Parts: sequence; structure tokens; C-alpha cells
Amino acid sequence: MKGIIGKKVGMTSIFEPNGKQTACTIIEAGPCVVTQVKTDAIDGYNAIQIAFGEKKEKNSNKSMISHFAKAGTSVKSIVKELRNSELKQGLGETITCEIFAEGEMVSVIGTTKGKGFQGVVKRHGFSGVGEASHGQHDRQRAPGSIGGSSYPSRVFKGMRMAGQMGGDRVKVKALKVLKIFPEKNYVIVSGSVPGHNGSIVLIQK
Amino acid sequence: MQEAVKFVQQQTSPMKELPTFKAGDSITVNYKIQEGTKERIQPFKGVCIKRQGTGLTATFTVRKMSDNVGVERTFPAFSPNIDSVEVFKVGRVRRSKLFYLRDRQGKSARIKEKRMN
Repeated sequence: MKGIIGKKVGMTSIFEPNGKQTACTIIEAGPCVVTQVKTDAIDGYNAIQIAFGEKKEKNSNKSMISHFAKAGTSVKSIVKELRNSELKQGLGETITCEIFAEGEMVSVIGTTKGKGFQGVVKRHGFSGVGEASHGQHDRQRAPGSIGGSSYPSRVFKGMRMAGQMGGDRVKVKALKVLKIFPEKNYVIVSGSVPGHNGSIVLIQK
Repeated sequence: MQEAVKFVQQQTSPMKELPTFKAGDSITVNYKIQEGTKERIQPFKGVCIKRQGTGLTATFTVRKMSDNVGVERTFPAFSPNIDSVEVFKVGRVRRSKLFYLRDRQGKSARIKEKRMN
């Protein structure tokens, strides 16, 4: 596995020479610093820890400051772990967006936009129950029956109901890397990516 | 954010020059069409009823009457398949979106020409 932490910048589209228009997302990816190398012998599993984004020293605690000092870097705001990394970078070395090549298929992990407490029509795509007329009212966005009565005398687990929507960790698979601008740390991937502009995403392969 | 989008747009697909036109203008869009290996240019002539979007993702819609059937076509403004756009009449309209033309036919669907002095 290889990966890099980035920030979603915005969306636009790219024209191919034959006129095909592809929607794409701009991600400002890296540079990330390797802050810890975990090995099977010491930690029980193989992974590297990468950090991204600046943070003021006065806003961080001493243990984090010295943790980053071990890698010889300033305090970072986002820390993530990559299991079984195939990256060659060692402790304190930098990962840039050049680990990906144009045309490669990647996955992007992010947190979706929060939608708040939503009903079943928006949250699960139900179509509501009643009609607008014929004496019915207040049934147009209702969930309908949620199960039997005396048997089973309970509601099954996982029954789709109203509740909090969005704000989940989501992985979008098979996005194509359309272009890379190493001088600006931009990675352009096809399609959309979870979260609002400025949210933190993890690109991995 | 806007700067990043602009930078990427400039780097990936350089914008080409389009003549200035707006909703209400009569235009001809010369659109490239691939037929097998041959490429030819198909003109689409009508009234621009909508311009939408900014930057590279902008589009415009052209409406024409073809055998008394209204035909609308939306083009990406900066598509490489657009060979050229010709403006042959500048219309005098009071809206930016001329969707009311869809309900009209014949005389009432005309658009006054703007006097150029």
C-alpha cells in the first residue's frame, strides 16, 4: 500500500482532445513526513505513520512535540498510518504526490458532508407512503411499516429509519489520476471525492 | 480555491477565444463531428437562450426550429469540438434566460434586433 494525505481544493473538468469532458477533483496532496516506522518485531505489525499540515507549537502538547522532533520535523496537525507500506521513505523523509503516476487507479478516503438528522426519503431513498389528495395528510414522506406486531414483537436490527446522515468516513474506489502538478502538489483525480472543499482526504493505492 | 481551479484549467485545457455573445443573439455553432475516420463540421444555427457557468465549465444553449419542432442543444463553451462560433444578429432582450421562447411560436417568438449606432 502507498498513500498520501491531502486537502480537497475544488472541482473542475478536463477536456480530452476528442472533446470528452471529464469531471475531476483537485487535491492538494502532501508533502507528508514519515514520523514513525512501525515494525512487526516491535509493534506487532508493519506500518508507517505519515503527518501532514502545519500546527502551532503552542497548541500542541509536549508528547506530540517530542514525537515529531524524533522525526526532525515541526508539529503537524494530521497523522495517519499506512499498513504494509511499499514506500521507500524512512523516518523523517518526505512523501510527495510524485508517488502516484498519471493514469493510475487510486482510492480516496474522506468524511462526507454532514446532512444532519434526515428522514428516510433523503437518507435511504424511500418513496414515502401516501398520496397528496384523497383525504390523506402527513404521509408523503413517512417510512411505512417497520415490521410485524406480536411476532417478532421487536424491530429488527439494521431497520432503515430516520437519523443522522452524512459525516461518515467513506472510501471511493477506482478513481483515475488524470494529472499531477508536483510543483504545486496538486493531484487531479477523476470524479468526486467525499467532503467539502478544504476537508482532509487520504489518497491510497 | 478559485486560484487552484484556474491554474489547473489553464494547464490542462487552454481556453480558446469565443466571440462575445449573450442570450438573445442569433449564432451559428460550427461543431466538429467524427464519422469513422473522417471529421466534418456540422453547423447548428439558432438563438442562444442561455449562458451558464464560469471558466472552463461554462455552457450555452442554442434553440432553433427544425420543421416546426423546437430543438435545443447545449454546448460546453470551451469544448475542443467547437470549431468556431459566428454571431450574425445581436438581439434586444430583457432577460438572461429566454425560456419563454419555448411556449411561443411564429411571430411572438421573434426577437428584436439591437440597433448598433
